Amino acid sequence: MAKALKRGKVEATKSHLSSPWASFVAILIAVLWTIPTFGLFVTSLRPQTGINSSGWWTVLTKPEFTLENYSRVLFEGRGATPPLSQYFVNTFAIVIPSTIIPITIAIFAAYAIAWFDFKGRNFIFFGIFALQVIPLQMSLIPLLQLFSGGLHIGSVTVIPSFGITGTFIPIWLAHTMFGLPLAIFLLHNFIAQLPRELMEAARVDGADYFKLFRQIVLPLSIPAIASFAIFQFLWVWNDLLVALTFGGGKREIAPLMVRLAEMTGTRGGDWELLTAGAFVSILVPVAVFFALQRYFVRGLLAGSVKG
Amino acid sequence: MLEFAARQSQLEQATSKLTGLLITVAIFAIVVSLAFYLAERTSERIQRSVKYLVFLAPALIFLFIGLIAPAIRTLYLSFRDARGDNFVGLENYIWAFTQPEILQILRNTGIWMLVAPIASTALGLTIAVLTDRMKRPGLAKSLIFMPMAISFVGAGIIWKFVYQFQPNDRVAEIGLLSQIAEWLGFVPTNWILTAPLNTFLLIVVFVWIQTGFAMVILSAAIKAIPEEILEASMLDGASGWKRFGKVTVPMIRGTIIVVLSTITIGALKVFDIIRTMTGGNFKTSVIANEMYNQSFRALNYGTGSALAIILFLGVIPLVAYNVMHLRRERSER
Repeated sequence: MAKALKRGKVEATKSHLSSPWASFVAILIAVLWTIPTFGLFVTSLRPQTGINSSGWWTVLTKPEFTLENYSRVLFEGRGATPPLSQYFVNTFAIVIPSTIIPITIAIFAAYAIAWFDFKGRNFIFFGIFALQVIPLQMSLIPLLQLFSGGLHIGSVTVIPSFGITGTFIPIWLAHTMFGLPLAIFLLHNFIAQLPRELMEAARVDGADYFKLFRQIVLPLSIPAIASFAIFQFLWVWNDLLVALTFGGGKREIAPLMVRLAEMTGTRGGDWELLTAGAFVSILVPVAVFFALQRYFVRGLLAGSVKG
Repeated sequence: MLEFAARQSQLEQATSKLTGLLITVAIFAIVVSLAFYLAERTSERIQRSVKYLVFLAPALIFLFIGLIAPAIRTLYLSFRDARGDNFVGLENYIWAFTQPEILQILRNTGIWMLVAPIASTALGLTIAVLTDRMKRPGLAKSLIFMPMAISFVGAGIIWKFVYQFQPNDRVAEIGLLSQIAEWLGFVPTNWILTAPLNTFLLIVVFVWIQTGFAMVILSAAIKAIPEEILEASMLDGASGWKRFGKVTVPMIRGTIIVVLSTITIGALKVFDIIRTMTGGNFKTSVIANEMYNQSFRALNYGTGSALAIILFLGVIPLVAYNVMHLRRERSER
């Protein structure tokens, strides 16, 4: 009864606070925010001559559309340059392992830090938190040297080079390393909050740390894993710097972003190809984003405003 | 026929890459499960130590090889020459703080760090307050948040098109900004080439992406303000503006600072936008872009490393603040 009363009161405050002016301004900003993307989309559907002779907003008066830009940019290569569809495949080949591997390693570590009793636990936790913000520029040169040449002290080879340069492997490894701090931090925050009684009850049942992980921690952490998976997926999909540095300039393994950045440099005036290409690269992350927005927001909040 | 053959080979390449992908994922899954399976079957006494090996060691090894050791090596390389062969003392740092081009870059990075976080946070806060007073804020918030899913490269292309300029007077403008300038009676210029305006135009792209982030975080913080406090302030007759300045902002002060510092770190590291939109030309370059150029274009590991260290030094105060903030929060719990 008291609760219902209170809720009524809250609703009353809410409706008192809600104002048509605020709504109007917010909607206006939202429309403004969408116009640049909308312009790109409309342009990607216009014939080349139209794009270069009139602004995209003129389609409102004389609409003329084609899918030719997409078929050209996706399937027609140029000399040694493969068509964009190949880069699309490369992006997938980079994104999937670069998401699965760090999450697996991170959930293990997060569980250990949250529930194992050992000395230096706090130190490791804060250390990982601090690592999160070290710019990855600090790692680029040494890691690249390690991947291409291995590690030698004097004439002793500590780590051989394995000849992985020019394959996807350096890119996967780099994304794994760079993604770990945030992954461990987010997953730790979640796993540490699992009810102690639940964990202890399972221990009394004779479940060891491995079983505990398999039967309780892993199934209960699925939402947190989903949150981070979306983060890492978007981050790797949208990345340019890591792929540029560790891809060794090879077209066979370069992802979409590398190709698009290259196209804006060399073919900056071919708006019919640039807009269609950019839209192709945007489509997947935006679809993932809209489908799983709730998990994404939850992850963001866990990462920055806690407690 | 030729086209058919070309498509055939494209398809073959794609299938072989995807098969490779599946095999990799399968191998990884098998290795992890096997390690787990074997460890689980050892005696309880062995498990006491083996659990660290399975759960904790992989992450620590990756972090050491990928972040800690390289950071130390970068520091070392920053005191050495282009190929890392000879010790050169502070030469690379002196270079960074005396070369006019690099000073320009440091100045630009400073502008980014100052303007981008304040603009994104102020806009995000405004929108958070506005949408808090809406009946159905869902769609508007989604649209403003959406650029977060778009890559900096994609955003760079979107905005490069907005800033497109047509030098030929007889041909219509196709860039929205130029057209708007014309409608308003100004003469459009080649925006992207005009320093220092172009740096601010690039910052707009970054703010366009980060505002959604600020909005989501601040919006959640505003929702968490206890209803009673707002009611009390309303009973006291505080107007909308007063309530915002005297109640809302102080209540979410901590969150505002977290948002500001997160975006500042992002602005400090900005690379893709510069690379896509100007390639660092026309006086728009920043540290992260020059670090890439020095290291992988000019192949000078000394100057490249020195720039990475300067970038790192810029981040340290922000990291220190965040760690302190986290410590306090944890001890309160």
